[in-house]
Amino acid sequence: MAPPNPSATSEAAVKARPVGVQIGEAVRKFAGRLPLHVSVIGLAALWSIPTIALLVSSFRDPGLVVTSGWWNAVKDPFSFTLDNYETVLDQNGMARSFLNSLLITIPSTLLTILVAAFAAYAFAWMRFPLRNFLFLVMVGLLVVPLQMTLIPVLKLYVSLNDWFGFLGNDVPLLGGRWFGTNSYAGIWVAHTAYGLPFAVYLLRNFFGGLPRDLFESAYLDGASDFKVFRRIVLPLSMPAIAALAIFQFLWVWNDLLVALIFLGDPDRAPMTLTITNLVSSFGTSYQLLTAAAFVSMALPLVVFFALQRYFVQGILAGSVKG
Amino acid sequence: MIGRKWWVPWLWLSPALLLSGVFLLYPTIDTIRRSFLPRGSDALIGFDLDNYRFIIDNPQPLVADTHSALLNNFMWLTVFTAITVALGLVIAVLAARVRYEAVAKSAIFVPMAISFVAASVIWRFMYEFNPDIGTVNAVLKEVGGAPTRWLQDTGAPQTPFTHAGPDSLPHPLQINNFALVFVGVWMWTGFAMVVLSAGLKGISTEILEAARVDGANEWQIFWRIIIPNLSPTIAVVTTTLVIQALKKFDLVWVMTAGKFKTDVVATLFYKEAFLFNNPEIGAAVAVVLLLWVVPIMVISIRRFQFQEETR
Repeated sequence: MAPPNPSATSEAAVKARPVGVQIGEAVRKFAGRLPLHVSVIGLAALWSIPTIALLVSSFRDPGLVVTSGWWNAVKDPFSFTLDNYETVLDQNGMARSFLNSLLITIPSTLLTILVAAFAAYAFAWMRFPLRNFLFLVMVGLLVVPLQMTLIPVLKLYVSLNDWFGFLGNDVPLLGGRWFGTNSYAGIWVAHTAYGLPFAVYLLRNFFGGLPRDLFESAYLDGASDFKVFRRIVLPLSMPAIAALAIFQFLWVWNDLLVALIFLGDPDRAPMTLTITNLVSSFGTSYQLLTAAAFVSMALPLVVFFALQRYFVQGILAGSVKG
Repeated sequence: MIGRKWWVPWLWLSPALLLSGVFLLYPTIDTIRRSFLPRGSDALIGFDLDNYRFIIDNPQPLVADTHSALLNNFMWLTVFTAITVALGLVIAVLAARVRYEAVAKSAIFVPMAISFVAASVIWRFMYEFNPDIGTVNAVLKEVGGAPTRWLQDTGAPQTPFTHAGPDSLPHPLQINNFALVFVGVWMWTGFAMVVLSAGLKGISTEILEAARVDGANEWQIFWRIIIPNLSPTIAVVTTTLVIQALKKFDLVWVMTAGKFKTDVVATLFYKEAFLFNNPEIGAAVAVVLLLWVVPIMVISIRRFQFQEETR
């Protein structure tokens, strides 16, 4: 990871010279690298300012946010408050939406991993007709725009609403329909399906890279496929599964389009949808919008900083998410 | 496993095949079918081109400006992709030379974890017209410029730091479109940087050292060694960004809802299919989107086949 040090070879030569020359050399070297430091630090600062502005504003006095710039927060009336958060969580339904985001994201992520891992194991370690063709179809589906699928799937869900109607329209504890539009189960399945091409692609490449000997000796010992899958494949593939989990989690958590189409009911809406509605009804009430946006960002940021390594691995492993 | 029954692989595959068939494959075919049906038709199959004619003739420029959406998407495709790749590359190369590389890269990378919705809120706040609140206009005012309505201004940038002129230039060269593209760049530069940086680490230090010993300056090293060695990685990053640019929806929808001629193909699709209740036109718009993606689909399948052969 250490940057190459082009001056290493010349160090011995520097030592032989008088101190004055050495200092001059050091100053010149620093001056030469100054533009580099300025641009790297400058870009990093430029990239962070918008997020910092949001964070600072969300804690400022509601009246101040819309009258004075966030950069004034450290001077004149030095006052910070949690009022904005109380307002968005209670009055604007962000507390319920946070729960909805969790209720949508966690099952969708788990389901994607499970279904994709089964398929990836078959693609990687079983022989069957059309194997390569089917996998190429998966690779092709990676880039199909979601928009291609939304009209037929919505029509399908609307007709499923009727079929599942006899079960009633209020699932105990969760609320919403059992399946179809405005149902949690419906959006779990939709997100799982949309995440599958990437998930299968990522896991199959990882599973396929595991050493063949392991499988052969296990099969010779009479281990079943399921046993090999559970005892060998899953434990050895934890890095890939972790990367996939983070990816899918963030993708579903941050999704707006799928929720917009399949979950119209404000009581089921995830945070992205609620914030979008807040923007269209309170476009310039930045005290509310910044707090709401930060509530939605908090969990992804924690995940990101805690598991950055896996996140980067996931990005490197499959750079063509559809 | 030795002596595995023929149906066992299909059992393992069945959930994935079922889901991708019902939610991806069948709908894609159905959308193509629907795009050739006349409006409101229940026919099973049709060969009507009116929906495509709607996109080409642009009969309702005030509600659904198809030309502007196509042009804007083309702008996203080219400008967004080019800037993001270039910036990602420059930052990856520069950051590799400082000791605080990891911290600097994290700062650039953070927006990747944020939703487009949250990013839209962030940037509506940054672009706010009132220079007492809006950061961008405050900076502009500091250096002597006039505040700009970044998200509404359909004019073209004239000189730096002056207020935009009349609505005279073609749609994609609008201030508000550039403002939106910049938010996309802000979000995706981290991605380009991370992937390119990993590729950069793969270039052997011996080649770089040898070039330096031979007296090559950093500029020559960048163009003659780093760029050629990184070109496969640059290709991967570019394809991913092109796909992102084509499907851009959330950002435009939350920031402007396609007003002020900022529509892209994905927002046009959403309006036609779900707000104006014209699923047939919406389907045709989606097919246009698919057509743009087909070359990338072919490239990624080819690349995969090549990887398999060389494995």
